[in-house]
Parts: sequence; structure tokens; C-alpha cells
Amino acid sequence: MKKGISRRDFLKYLGVGAAGTALLEGVSATPALAEENLHSFDLGPLKLKKTKETASGCSYCGCGCSIIVHSENDKVVFIEGDPDSPINEGSLCPKGMALTDVYTIVDKNRQRVPNPNRLTKVLYRAPGGTKWEEKTWDWAIPEIAKRVKKTRDEHFTEKDGKGVTVNRCMAICQMGSANINNEEDYIINKLMRGSLGVVDLDHCARL
Amino acid sequence: MTNSFVDYKNTDIFLIIGSNPAEAHPMAMRHIGKAKEKGAKIIVVDPRFTKTASQADIYVPLRPGTDIAFLYGLINYAIENDLYQHEYVNNYTNASYLISPDYNFADGVFSGLEEKDGKLSYNTASWAYQKDGDNIKKDPTLQDPQCVWQIMKKHVSRYDIKTVSQVTGTPEDILRKAYSTYCESGKPDKAGNLIYVLGITQHSYGTQNTRATTMVQLLLGNVGMPGGGLNPQRGQSNVQGACDMGMLWNNITGYLNVPDATKHPTYKDYLEVETPKAGYWSNKPKFLASLLKAWYGEKATKENDFCYDWLPKSDGKDHSHMSSYASLAEGEIKGVFCWAENPSVAGPDAKHEVKALENAEWMVCVDVFENETAAFWKRPGVNPADIKTEVFLLPAAHIYEKEGTRTNSSRHVQWRWKAVEPPGEAKSDLWIADRIFKAVRQEYRSGGKFTDPILNMVWNYDKPGQDEPDIEKIAIEMNGYNVADGRVLGTFGDLKDDGSTACGVWIYAGYYYIDPQEQNPLLKVPATKRHGTEDKSGLGVYPKWTFVWPLNRHIVYNRCSADPAGRPWKKDKALMAWDGTKWITNDVPDFGITDATTKAPIPPEKTANAPFIMLPEGQARFFVPSGLKEGPMPEHYEPVESPVKNLMSKQQNNPVAYRWKGEFAKLAETGSKEFPYVATTVHYIEHYQTGVRTRYSPMLVELMPEEFATISPTLAGKLGIKPGDDIIVSSARSEIKLKANVLPIVKPLNVNGSPIEIVSLPWSWGFMGLSQGAIGNELTPFVACPNVAVPEYKAFLCNVRKA
Repeated sequence: MKKGISRRDFLKYLGVGAAGTALLEGVSATPALAEENLHSFDLGPLKLKKTKETASGCSYCGCGCSIIVHSENDKVVFIEGDPDSPINEGSLCPKGMALTDVYTIVDKNRQRVPNPNRLTKVLYRAPGGTKWEEKTWDWAIPEIAKRVKKTRDEHFTEKDGKGVTVNRCMAICQMGSANINNEEDYIINKLMRGSLGVVDLDHCARL
Repeated sequence: MTNSFVDYKNTDIFLIIGSNPAEAHPMAMRHIGKAKEKGAKIIVVDPRFTKTASQADIYVPLRPGTDIAFLYGLINYAIENDLYQHEYVNNYTNASYLISPDYNFADGVFSGLEEKDGKLSYNTASWAYQKDGDNIKKDPTLQDPQCVWQIMKKHVSRYDIKTVSQVTGTPEDILRKAYSTYCESGKPDKAGNLIYVLGITQHSYGTQNTRATTMVQLLLGNVGMPGGGLNPQRGQSNVQGACDMGMLWNNITGYLNVPDATKHPTYKDYLEVETPKAGYWSNKPKFLASLLKAWYGEKATKENDFCYDWLPKSDGKDHSHMSSYASLAEGEIKGVFCWAENPSVAGPDAKHEVKALENAEWMVCVDVFENETAAFWKRPGVNPADIKTEVFLLPAAHIYEKEGTRTNSSRHVQWRWKAVEPPGEAKSDLWIADRIFKAVRQEYRSGGKFTDPILNMVWNYDKPGQDEPDIEKIAIEMNGYNVADGRVLGTFGDLKDDGSTACGVWIYAGYYYIDPQEQNPLLKVPATKRHGTEDKSGLGVYPKWTFVWPLNRHIVYNRCSADPAGRPWKKDKALMAWDGTKWITNDVPDFGITDATTKAPIPPEKTANAPFIMLPEGQARFFVPSGLKEGPMPEHYEPVESPVKNLMSKQQNNPVAYRWKGEFAKLAETGSKEFPYVATTVHYIEHYQTGVRTRYSPMLVELMPEEFATISPTLAGKLGIKPGDDIIVSSARSEIKLKANVLPIVKPLNVNGSPIEIVSLPWSWGFMGLSQGAIGNELTPFVACPNVAVPEYKAFLCNVRKA
């Protein structure tokens, strides 16, 4: 049986970690695929590093493991299981251990650098277009809103054949998501179903 | 899940069927291992000898799609050998209820099957309980031939071990060993834990598969017990939460059904049709009124039915994932939002689904990486110039770049704090949804179709000096508050049907509530943010570790953990116990323990006859009198694509399985020579679902670099395939190329005298990412369970050849 409050409590109470934590740099660094030193087990000199700790949760399966995110200069450098969690008790599976990769990956010099494949700009592909074009949020959001309004207004049903008020739009569908936060899903539901009258609203729970 | 992962340590016997936690739920396996260390037995039922099976005391191979036969064999064995939990069955289930004399079962179909406009459906009138006024007629002796017990006993008697073995391909001695071992959990003080996932649900009769698991657990008295329960382990970090939030076409939030134009044209109709007279759902008007109040604010009044008509009403047809794709194929859907989801890899018959997507005029995708759905216009084999769909791909923040909650499979609602800013111009999904809503509202300020809900929706999430929406305001709206003074509510017991309370998701009431009685300043935070690590009971409850819905209740139906007199079945693990004068509770009870007015303890006999609070009859159902599409009890049918005829009856398939027309109707015939092998889809630990994030992770790609199908050494020998060869796996829908893995983890099963080969097929690959591969779901059939529209991924026909 665990008792009381542990060393991590201060961190969780604040929400974000402020306490400096000693971390062995290098132990989690896995050389990237297709680099020449793939089979090298030389991880370089180990040294202690100061990182910021933040309590978060894994984004993969439904177990609900808690994680501690170590960051440095606003970059994620390491992730470990939260020992306080009764669910994972500090452990993580390979996917959980690799969560850092979504933010930073290890380059040839064994430094953590931003994952070059992360989407960092709004992208737009025109009808029949052969490539993505970079756009700004200020352009994209109103353009999306215009399409939503046009489609909704052209295909909105206020009353069905029997005269029942139905106020629905069957020409827009919303798919997702089991991979974002509850509060996010909640307002997406308000937007789609509660405001626009979308009926085809579903996510991959069925898939 | 009725129980929690941490509770697994209390289990005596595990029955893991259609689930591979060692690979798909690694931390669940941790708790299974803890129980094993203390002597728990493990039975694993799976077509493959999985990593989980390697830890089992008994491994039961079975042919994909024959779970009902296996589970009915178990029920029949328990009844024939008198190994079930009598007192539990007599008191906590509907075994004694009398069913209509018109009920009948013959030739594999139940009474009431009707054909209308060329479509089959059931009229469920003959499945109803016999009533005397409002009272259900019962026979406590369980002898009446029309009582549920006798009907069930007769129904399952056809599933003797020999017959089951012929259907499932499982050797008889293994069946006998598995049945006798699991029936040990029928002893009152033994807890059997039935774990399942998609191996049970992804069938054209998936709901009936889950019903069969429920019947097993009721018969052996395992529901409500610490270490027991029905535990479908959910596959995504917030799939539980997304369902709770109403991200399913058929419920608004908190499992309140969507309004339907025929069934509920008015608010009054909705309440009358949807509110049962008894059980906890009798409070439904409070939940719906509070939801409408949360959404439509001041405009929602009692006089205008809280703006009920502002919600869209459905047309009586299905609008789940597959039906939406059928609508896309028909050109009815013009605009698509695809939010942190990748259906081009996840959906059934993926080749035809992605083709249907070309009919959309515009699509908005939101993700952290470029996925196969956003990139569908440049997929292999198409000319982008031919595809007219406009695509917006919005860069999203990953979980640790924002804050908010996710709900795990054990219903733990856990807050995640923000560690770093999102990279580049990526934004949280909260921000993106907020900005799209505001821009749409702006568009409608100058008029448009039915502007009321858009202009009046409660959307007050701005916080001065902050770019992100104020998540705390959203959390309080979901949690529920008193309209007059904004007081945050502690329980859904406080909700009213008169508009004086607002609550977006009634089952989350309390999740953002700060307990005023809490003395520890570190725990005096909204419940979801608590990290209390104390477990006084020693049962693994950890009551102050975040928040568990509903009401921080960890094990549901917990009245059943004790006998009718309130004595715990498991004395050393007492969850609820009546000490003669009051209840001692180690979890939040879901039955009355004290009278609300007098505060006097409620003695156990008062709650002994209605422990299943969500059912109007209060007792759990072996036999479901209405609501299911293909029968009041399960019956074995073959998968829509099967190598063999149904041995149990002349009804080959679920007569009312969902099927679609046109491109989506491509199916192999029974016993097809062209597609002679049974395929089933699987996961590996290194790649998550469609692989969007994991196939962009160098670490994981290094661990699992390439896609492969697994075939048996016998099949490999027959086809001249060596490990590592390129092979083509084909089905009636498509064919894909991938590597061959040859291992005896799949073996041919002897099904009624014929060997049936099984092909294990991963589906986490696509044409994007660092590791690319064929889309496994191009092969899966576009047929589904008629109750919940889950596709039949786990059993279909294929062929294999050397590439």
C-alpha cells in the first residue's frame, strides 16, 4: 500500500514543474534509423542535466499511464513514467518511452533536435493541386468558415417531409477524435452538432 | 470497463478473449502479472498464440468469429455441472422473469423476423417480459418453461463440447480444461475477470459477442466483484472520453440518445420515449435540460423547451463512420472535418473509402503529422490533378504542448499539464475549434440558414491577455454549475430539470469540483487534478488519484460484491459490507446506504433486488427483452465471409447484419475457393493504430521497421514461402504486398474435419511516415454489426501468394 504524498506532489500541485531534476543525458538517446552508426552501442559520455518536469499523460492506448515530461529551453528532451501513478507505477511501454520523438528526435550528432516531420505551418492544397502551399492561420480560418457556411446554407433542412422541425445539415461530416482532450471534443461537438446541425459526427471508437 | 486496471491484482482467474494486452495494453499486462504472482490463473482465448498467451496457464486456440460458440459452451458446461453462482443468479439477474408465450427460436432465428421492402428486421414484441399490470411476472423456482433460466438453458444446451469443438476448431480436451478452470470463479468467494477488446467487438454480431461475455460473468457471479467484472480495454488514450463527450453520431453527450425526427419530434416526446419509469435513467430529463442550458444559455427556457429544436434531429438511418462514407460515395456529403483521425488507414474496405473521399468538395484535417487521409490526393496510383477536393491541413499541438483531460479505459479522468509550446505555428485543438467557431459565427452575423444556435451558442471562453481559450470555463461547463450563482456542482444528484442547473456532460459532474472537506492543501484542487497516492482499503481503489466517472466510483454495480444480506462474497476483499447496523464502504456505492431525509442507514434487503441501477428492472439481463437488433440472446452465426457452413443452424450469417450496396458490396462467398484462408487484423506494441505518430518516430521505426503478415509453417510450406519473402495477400476488395513472417503462432485449426489456415494481418501502415507499407484495411469487408456499426475486421476471407 502506498501512503500519503510523495516527492512529486509539489510538482503536480503547481501543475508545471519548476524543480530542477537530475537527468542522465544520453541514456534515452537512440540513433535514428538509417544512420551509419545504427549498430553502435556507444552512447557517448553520460552527464547530468537540469530539466523542467511537467506531469502529463501518455497519448497512446487506453491504459492511461501518467508521464513526466522533461524539457529544456522549451523543448521536450525526455519522458519517463510517473512513479506516483497507480496505473503504470513509473513504467512505460516502448511507445510511451518514444513519446519524446513526437517533439524532438536524435540526430547524427546525438543531439535532440525538433522532429522535422512535425506540421508547423498551415498547409493548403487547391482543387487539382499537386503540392501543399504554406498558408497563415489568418487566411485559413475565415476560408474554412466560408466553406462551412456555403455548404450548410445550400444543404440545410429545417423541416422534413412530414413537417417535423429537424434543423440538420447532412452535407458536412465530422470524424474524430479519440486522440485529443475531453474539453476539445466537447467544444467540437458544440460547434458541429450544437451549432451547425451536423448529424454525421463519429469517431474511431467503432474502428 | 466495470472495474479498473489496478483492481486486476484482486483477480483469481482471468479469461482473456479477443484481447492481447501484452502487446496492445502493456500496463494492463503489468497488473495481470501481479495477480499471477499471487497465484491467479490465466486463460487466453485467441486465434494466435500471442505474447499474452505465452503467459497463460491455458491457451485456447479458436477460429476467428466463433466466440459465441466458445462462450455458450462455457455457459452450458457451468449449468450442466452445476458450477454457477446460484445465489447471485437468483437475486441479481432476470433468470426468474417470464417471457412472452409467443417467444420462439427455430432454425437459427428468433421469433419476430420480418421482411419489409426487401430488408430483414425483428419485431421484438415476442421477446417481452410477461406482465401483470406494471409488474413483471416471475418464477423464483426457475422451473417455468417460459422463464429466462429455462429458455437460456435450452438455448445453450445445443452447445455441448463436441459441437463447440467442431465449430471453433479447438480440441475438446482444451475446451474442457478451460471451462472447468474458469468455472472455479463460480464459487462465491472467487473472482473471475473477463477481459476482451476488438477480437470480440469487430464482428457482424459483435454486440452479441459482448452479450455472451456478460452472460458468462453473471452466471458465475463475477460482476461487481473486486477482481471481477467485464473489462473491455479501450484502445486509444481518449476513446472513452470521446464517447463520453458525445463524439458518436447517436448520442449528444453522456449517452443521451440523439433526437430522432420520428421518435421524438418534440421535447415532450423525447422525455416520454427516452425516460424509463425506474432505474437511474429516470433522471434523464434533468440531464437533458441541464445539457441544453449549458449549450444555449439564457435563450434556453422552460417555456421554449430549452431550445430542444435547435439540436439536429436524425432521420432514423445510421450515420456512423461507414454510413458517412456511403454518403460520401453517393455525393451527399460535401464537406469533411477529419480531426486527429486517419480513416484512410483505419476504415474498412479502405481502397473504396478513400475513393469516396474524392467526392468531397473540401476537407479540413487537423493532426500533428501529415497522415494518409490529409494526403489522400497524392496516394500511390492516382493523379492529383484529377482530384478536385480542396484540403486544409492544420498543424496541431501534441498532448504535452497543451492542457486538458483524457479518460482512460477505467474511466479515470486525468488532467495533463502543458510542458512546452507547440512547435512552429501549431495550435491546440481547443484553439483551432474556438477560432473556427468564431469565424463561422462572424459569417452568420450577416444572415444565413437557421442562425439561432450559431449566434446564441454559449461560447464565452475568452480570457484577457491569453491566446488560448479559457479551459477552466469549459471544464466547469462540462462539470455542471448552478445557473443563478455559478456554483460548481459536486454531483449529478444536484441537477434539475427546470433550467436552474447547466451541465454539458452529466456523467462528468464532480470532475472539476473541489472538495470543501479536503484538509490536505495539495489535494484541495479540482478532482481531476488530484494525485493522491493513498489506498487505505488495500484494494487498489486510490480514491484521490484523479477522478473516476461516475461520482468517483471505481467498480460499478458494487452492490453485487456482497450477498443479499450485505455480506461480502470475498471476505478478505470486502468492497461493501453491512455490519448489522450500517454499511462499511471501500468505494463509492451505487446503491442507497443512507436515507436522504432521515439519514438512517438503509438495510441490505432494500437494495438486494435492484443492484443494476441503470436498468429499469434493476436486475441484470441474461435475456434482453428489447433493444437488440438480432435477438434477445446471442446465437452463433458465421462471419459474413466464412470458409464453412454454419454447423449450428441453417442460418449462415446474422440475418440483420449491416451491409451496403455498390462498391461496398464486394464479398467472398461461403467456402470460396478463390479466398480459402481466414484473415484477422492485429496490432504490434511498437505501432499505434494507424501509425500516424509512431511511424514518424525513429525510435519505434527502428524497433518495428516493416510491415509483415504472419502465416503458419504449414501454409508457407504449401505455398513455397520462406520467412522474409514478399507475399501478396488478397481479398474480394483489394490486394496488398508485404513481407511474410512464418511462425507457428498461427496454426491451422481442424474445423469439422477440415484444416483452416489463419493469416494474421497488421493494419498500422500506410504510404506516409518513415516506415511505409500497404494499407491492411484495403482487404477488410464493408459489413458491420447492426447494433453499433462496428466493421467485421476480425474474420474475413483472403488468399496468399508469393509476390
